[in-house]
Amino acid sequence: MSDVPLLEAEGVSHTYAGGQVGCADVGFSLYPGEVLGIVGESGSGKSTLLSCLSGALPPSRGRVRFAVRGQGMQDVFQLSEPDRRLLMRTDWGIVHQNPRDGLRMSVSAGGNVGERLMAVGARHYGDIRSEALDWLGRVEIDAERVDHLPRTFSGGMQQRTQIARILVSQPRLVFMDEPTGGLDVSVQARLLDLLRGLVRDLGVAAVVVTHDLAVVRLLSDRLMVMRQGRVVESGLTDQVLDDPQHPYSQLLVSSVLQA
Amino acid sequence: MNALQPAGSGAQFHSIDGVYNFAYLDEQTKRMIRRALLKAVAIPGYQVPFGGREMPVAYGWGTGGMQVTASILGLDDVLKVIDQGADDTTNAVSIRRFFNRTAGVPVTEATTEATVIQTRHRIPEKTLREDQIIVYQVPMPEPLRKLEPRETETRKMHAFAEYGLMQVKLYEDISRHGEITTTYDYPVEVNARYMMAPSPIPKFDNPKMHAMPALQLFGAGREKRIYAIPPYTKVRSLDFNDYPFEPQQFDAPCALCDAKGVFLDEVILDDKGDHMFVCSDSDHCRDRRAEGHMGPRAREAAEKGYGADQ
Amino acid sequence: MYVATKGGDAAIENSYALIAEERRGDTAVPELEAAQIREQLGGAVDRVMTEGSLYDPDLAALAIKQAQGDLVEAIFLLRAFRTTLPRFGASAPIDTAAMTIRRRISAAFKDLPGGQVLGPTYDYTHRLLDFTLAARGETPPVAPEDDATDAAMPRVADILGHEGLIEPETPPPGPEQPYDLTREPMQFPASRDQRLQNLFRGDEGFLLALGYSTQRGYGRNHPFAGEIRMGTVQVEFTPEELGFPIALGEIEVTECQMVNQFKGAKGIAPQFTRGYGLAFGQAERKTMGMALVDRALRADELAEDRLHPPQDEEFVLSHSDNVEAAGFVSHLKLPHYVDFQSELVMLRGMRASAEATQKEAAE
Repeated sequence: MSDVPLLEAEGVSHTYAGGQVGCADVGFSLYPGEVLGIVGESGSGKSTLLSCLSGALPPSRGRVRFAVRGQGMQDVFQLSEPDRRLLMRTDWGIVHQNPRDGLRMSVSAGGNVGERLMAVGARHYGDIRSEALDWLGRVEIDAERVDHLPRTFSGGMQQRTQIARILVSQPRLVFMDEPTGGLDVSVQARLLDLLRGLVRDLGVAAVVVTHDLAVVRLLSDRLMVMRQGRVVESGLTDQVLDDPQHPYSQLLVSSVLQA
Repeated sequence: MNALQPAGSGAQFHSIDGVYNFAYLDEQTKRMIRRALLKAVAIPGYQVPFGGREMPVAYGWGTGGMQVTASILGLDDVLKVIDQGADDTTNAVSIRRFFNRTAGVPVTEATTEATVIQTRHRIPEKTLREDQIIVYQVPMPEPLRKLEPRETETRKMHAFAEYGLMQVKLYEDISRHGEITTTYDYPVEVNARYMMAPSPIPKFDNPKMHAMPALQLFGAGREKRIYAIPPYTKVRSLDFNDYPFEPQQFDAPCALCDAKGVFLDEVILDDKGDHMFVCSDSDHCRDRRAEGHMGPRAREAAEKGYGADQ
Repeated sequence: MYVATKGGDAAIENSYALIAEERRGDTAVPELEAAQIREQLGGAVDRVMTEGSLYDPDLAALAIKQAQGDLVEAIFLLRAFRTTLPRFGASAPIDTAAMTIRRRISAAFKDLPGGQVLGPTYDYTHRLLDFTLAARGETPPVAPEDDATDAAMPRVADILGHEGLIEPETPPPGPEQPYDLTREPMQFPASRDQRLQNLFRGDEGFLLALGYSTQRGYGRNHPFAGEIRMGTVQVEFTPEELGFPIALGEIEVTECQMVNQFKGAKGIAPQFTRGYGLAFGQAERKTMGMALVDRALRADELAEDRLHPPQDEEFVLSHSDNVEAAGFVSHLKLPHYVDFQSELVMLRGMRASAEATQKEAAE
């Protein structure tokens, strides 16, 4: 792993118009190829934090910086709009909890996966199609579904299509919002296995937000536990899960064991 | 046909004090439109918003083209108006009458005699010259509208040259039908920068737009946008390298004048499905017949002893 | 032998003659005068003035006569006429607080300074066709009442405003001159002045339906009719040469202030919110629909999620103009046979390929 961080959060805080605190004073550095898990129950602020980190919501205070290709560390919210939009389409990816938010439901699987290539100038239909087929294969979707609409796919397949659609541009950073939410347990396991393999093989850095400790146990190298907008504990995933220090982390871990 | 038609009686064209400005619009409005036209020519293919006015003709029936024409017409211009390629379609007649009465400029059906040609849905077959201007009537100026209904978003897509979505649409066509299925209003890239809607001309006419010697102006009255292609500008129809753009082909020549390589209209002759194909460009067809060319139907009729059609 | 039909000119001239005949109808029946329309069909005249964006009851009446009663067509006539008029400036804003009231009601209060003035309204009529109107009846003149309208008639919104109960109407930040939709194209996102101008000249039916939908759950905002007032206001203009305002005349307007769902935020005490409607003449249905839609479109300002069509700014404002809508919908009557031919060529080609493939597969 390199010494230069890929993503840096400094004092990231967001308070909503009505006064509710979304998140407060979150800071960390993420290195290339590293996977960071953010866990908490609903209301913990993890979704707000994800929105700030992924460029969707400007924080009320603090900074989010990313090592933009050819420009060095840049404040994500100070980038020009075209630069930010380009970043979101190439070097970054967001895996949405609901695949409908991350896919074009009336565009075929092949079209969905090929879009990022076409967005940056790919103009050979045959090449685009074979690359799309390649990626669909890597996420274990049958080649004969390439022209089908995601509407006809199962939840797990839609999620995998979303992942292929993002990875085709070989991003260096992927954000995942409850990637296994809404899926059957057996389907979840298969998806997590796939994600872990892909993330390792491609050296992608990731920020995974979830309430499910099993997800972070499998995917993430490091972990942050959030409660009421603040980070109450952070450290290596195994350490935090096997030996939680903060009372809230202990509660979280033990409730999973009991369930 | 070059006759100046005398101003008619119709209640349509009397203003409250009996006098309209030349070509109906007041000079300030024309100036505003000309400023928009200059911006449009300076940024080929870019849609310039303009303060379009209500015209005495309904939105969707040519008000944008008419506002552009009204702003550029001068006393020594000669105007041709076509719709579907023909001078005698009812709306073309109506628009021609409008300008004849409010501007008094000579009107013509001969493409070669016109200095300003206002058109709906076709480009004339004869190559236009540097001293001519063609004004297109545009219903939907935004080429991305069917893919993205929001104006706030399509504006950004043009500003940042984010045209991937259109390429996805073409990809979908090929994956579903084996070819790109857009046959008219086929999107183009102008001057290697802006994506543009050429108006609902058949894709057959797209190649004519490339490096045309004449100035091409586009008016969308209802949507209030003006755009332009300066003379000799690069215009490329969107495609894939391995699925290149192809204009339509017609199997047979014009049944009346034998023209090949022109756009043909299908005319149904009886209820048993007998049909024939004739030039969409009425002026072109008439010229060729005057020169003595005869298509298959015309020859048939001559052999049977029917009089030559005019 | 096929001969291309000519004679478009003659057909057009003939169509003018035919509509003139239709417009006149049975010549045994007396011809309608524009003055009769102006005097006796005020509802139509008011709508045509509002959506035509031109206050002139005589011209509106003429347009209605010329359009044979088709109000959208009459509105078009007025708009086209407006294009030809020179503009010499902008008046001062009209002051509805100084209105000479003919009708004024509030659903929010039982009684209020100046009282509830029922005035001329169809609200409490029983909708029974009155066949005495079919005959040329003379209606007895109504004895003029004491002018109760001399009493002070402060606006309900101002009354609530004194206590700070309702949000103040503050102009949006930006240039001082309001946007002029009759001269500039719509811009998105739209400022409130642009939106209100668009809604003012917007189709009554469209706004009514959208307003109705908010009441049925598509963007509910708990409206109360704070006040509806109808009457005449002065129009004042300051010519450059004089440097002081002069009165140009009076116009009749209807104004509706809706009082809506209150909003608060941390540190800011909650207040009622507002929706505004205005129209020429007596046009309550229009102003009420407009006020409901105005409030719905303020979703962003009031931190509400845009979930429903009446809250969708681009959707509402792009389709409210019936002159644009009528034009584009009816343009489908124009020949489209060149494009249709293109589609036919493509379709025939695709079917031929499909047949060929099927044949191959069969062999």
